[in-house]
Amino acid sequence: MELTISFYQHYWWLLISVLGALLVFLLFVQGGQTMLSSLAKKPVEKTMLVNSLGRKWEYTFTTLVVFGGAFFASFPLFYSTSFGGAYWLWMAILFSFVIQAVSYEYRSKKGNFLGMKTYDTFLLINGVVGVTLLGVAVGTFFSGADFRVDKENLFDVAMPVISTWENPWHGLEAVADWRNLLLGVTLFFLARVQALLYFINNIDDENIYHRSRRHLLYNAVPFVVFFLTFVAVTLCADGYQVDSETAEVSVRPFKYFYNFVEMPWALIMFLLGVVAVLYAIVRTAFFARWRCGIWYSGMGTILVVLALFFIAGYNHTPYYPSNVDMQSSLTIVNSSSSLFTLQVMSIVSLLIPFVLLYIVWAWRAMDRKSITEEEMNDNEHLY
Amino acid sequence: MDELYSLVDWSRAQFALTAMYHWLFVPLTLGLGLIISCMETVYYRTGDERWKRMTKFWMNLFGVNFALGVATGIILEFQFGTNWSNYSWFVGDIFGAPLAIEGIMAFFMESTFIAIMFFGWNKVSRGAHLASTWLTTIGASISALWILVANAWMQNPVGMQFNPDTVRNEMVDFWSVLLSPVAINKFFHSVTAGWVLGAIFVVAISAWFLLRKREEYMATRSMKVAAWVGILGILFVMQTGDGSAYQVAKYQPMKLAAMEGLYEGDTEQAIIAFGVMNPEKKSYDDGVEPFLFKVEIPKVLSMLATRDAEGFVPGIEDIIRGGYPIVSDDGTMRVAPSAEERMARGKAAIEALADYKEARKMGNVAAADEAAMRLNANYADFGYGYITDVNQLIPHVPLVFYSFHIMVILGGYFLLLFIVILILLYRKTVARYKWLLWIFVASLPLGYVCLQSGWIVAEVGRQPWVIQDIMPTFAAISRVETSAVQTTFWLFTAIFTVLLIAEISIMIKQIKKGPEQK
Repeated sequence: MELTISFYQHYWWLLISVLGALLVFLLFVQGGQTMLSSLAKKPVEKTMLVNSLGRKWEYTFTTLVVFGGAFFASFPLFYSTSFGGAYWLWMAILFSFVIQAVSYEYRSKKGNFLGMKTYDTFLLINGVVGVTLLGVAVGTFFSGADFRVDKENLFDVAMPVISTWENPWHGLEAVADWRNLLLGVTLFFLARVQALLYFINNIDDENIYHRSRRHLLYNAVPFVVFFLTFVAVTLCADGYQVDSETAEVSVRPFKYFYNFVEMPWALIMFLLGVVAVLYAIVRTAFFARWRCGIWYSGMGTILVVLALFFIAGYNHTPYYPSNVDMQSSLTIVNSSSSLFTLQVMSIVSLLIPFVLLYIVWAWRAMDRKSITEEEMNDNEHLY
Repeated sequence: MDELYSLVDWSRAQFALTAMYHWLFVPLTLGLGLIISCMETVYYRTGDERWKRMTKFWMNLFGVNFALGVATGIILEFQFGTNWSNYSWFVGDIFGAPLAIEGIMAFFMESTFIAIMFFGWNKVSRGAHLASTWLTTIGASISALWILVANAWMQNPVGMQFNPDTVRNEMVDFWSVLLSPVAINKFFHSVTAGWVLGAIFVVAISAWFLLRKREEYMATRSMKVAAWVGILGILFVMQTGDGSAYQVAKYQPMKLAAMEGLYEGDTEQAIIAFGVMNPEKKSYDDGVEPFLFKVEIPKVLSMLATRDAEGFVPGIEDIIRGGYPIVSDDGTMRVAPSAEERMARGKAAIEALADYKEARKMGNVAAADEAAMRLNANYADFGYGYITDVNQLIPHVPLVFYSFHIMVILGGYFLLLFIVILILLYRKTVARYKWLLWIFVASLPLGYVCLQSGWIVAEVGRQPWVIQDIMPTFAAISRVETSAVQTTFWLFTAIFTVLLIAEISIMIKQIKKGPEQK
């Protein structure tokens, strides 16, 4: 059976969605970075928190980089349009990750030039700004952005750029859109909730355990409120619809709601995910000594984010709507790589289960024993 | 047009800044990773705790360096979108794939096993730990492979075809992209250059320990491992450097001419061993002698560039004027077109593309077919359609010339250095010659100068092209305000510089402290 380009376009949107979902789960590292001061009362407690996160930060970072690389390879028109247009938004996100990348390794090293507090501030900035702005950036998948694509600009020798951003704020305007900000704040609180569940699972320390449980409700309540508001706003919003015959884009009221109706499996995933996250929060908060919440909330988060990516990109939906020129909106059809490239990369993607396997092995090997105060005193290589 | 050039200049400056910073850390990761892996292998085989201690010492320095490599790398990848968005669409179908494959195959491998490498000493078996160290090193090399394949493709675009409907280049032959001789040479040349830098780094620090009469066992053993890695590396570098230069002569003759400061080519062309360029030389046709002073070796450039001591090597003037004989890939001889002719063909290609799109809009199939034929006939020179002055086709000759010669001279020096080190180590007299040990220490910055020079040759030498003959750099940009790029340029400059100072400072402290006393 010969697979069509449409199959590969859907397959690569699935992979982008999986990477996006894993990234959102792994943002627990950033969430944890925002609570180092509030959860630790003694230096050794802070060391435990930092080292617990520090052994995972590269996964989040790598997933973000691969997410970008996969988007470039499979949907280059998005890469070209969004990154080149929403310049300030992406640059701010990148800056926050640059300063994170050195902070774990340098913070406690002698001669680090800036002092431990500066590196901890870098981690805080990455946790607050990086996560919130990533949420804002993904929010534009639903709220749209001010761009225009005209491939005939290539004939203009004086300015041959095909994608133009029609807003002089170059991405900062997305932060001013309350719908994007809503997703950003939701993501911020979700990352903190996940971090607390992760600490409970990964650190064997009574004080940290009790403080994490107490903070869980402080963060879970705003998370649930913001999340439900975001879902309600999105499902009630108008969206764009692409005519599969003419490729004409038009407005469809309640587009994302209908996407769930027309793709009930996505709705089931979404609901299962929500239930799993809520179960993890409620059981951890109200039933003592249960430490497995991170796995339920992690799976739940992955399912919910997958479902949101599906309604953003599947069912003839432009995943990157243009607010200034509806017909410039990007879909998985008009922004994708060629059939040949998608086929080549799909073969390479068969390595992904193998990659996941060795990640699981390494994760288990490192986390078989929880982090303890003794380990912090004995270990030569500490963050 | 002025505004465009200003934006292009700042975008180039920003990319160059990030790439140069990134290339401070990556080669050390490649080289030091290999050396650490060798050391841990000795520990695994012998169980000698001294080798474990040695491994851990160098591993700590590896970690400090690795972090900044990661930090600069993320900016580099995303800059293709933020600052070179037109490029991202025009060739994203080909260029994006290696980046994605790099992520899937290499980044996860590195980030997974580096955690075991640092924190897994007491959590996994000795064998699993050794495997993790090797996998981190191999992951770094695989990462280098894919990004260098992507870079090589920009220098010699193969395995693709222009699609006028999507207005972009599309991949049609993955193996041509992966296995092009340019890519293979570039990969081995760059990775083994990393081995050389890692070796110089270890040699320099070990020499410092010997000068201080500290950690003699660690210093001499480390030096021995490093010197072997270094000599192997430099021999590969020389061999692949020759291969690279041959490929440059074939596909980027202007770059070769700039590397040699060659304005008028000839048969039996000499190579310049050393020379001082004339700063009064402003243009290719101003009649000013290009050199104030030069030392030449007869016939060698012809030999290296054409594999024939009597072969013709074109200079800058020849390339601009055309008319000299060239051998095509299929072995046939043809006459090189002039730059003006190529510019006319490029303009014809762009016009044909516009006509094609117009005909498609009007539903005129015959006109579209005719335009597509014109486009195909002229597409090899598509990028020349954006060139308005032949002088745009000439890179900054003195910068390329000096960078190339510094790189070559230092390469020869490193070969000599590693031979001397090995002789002294096997005679067990290395600690006796203090002046030599100081030379070893002083060689460390030269390693960085050499590697940076190499990339300046590769990247400045290929200007004005971002994709050879297909897309000039100024057609590849994102349409953002120049002031925005200026701002981020200075932000990057500040943050990378501060972090570099922090890195060096931490390394110095760790080196002074030495390995753990256990």
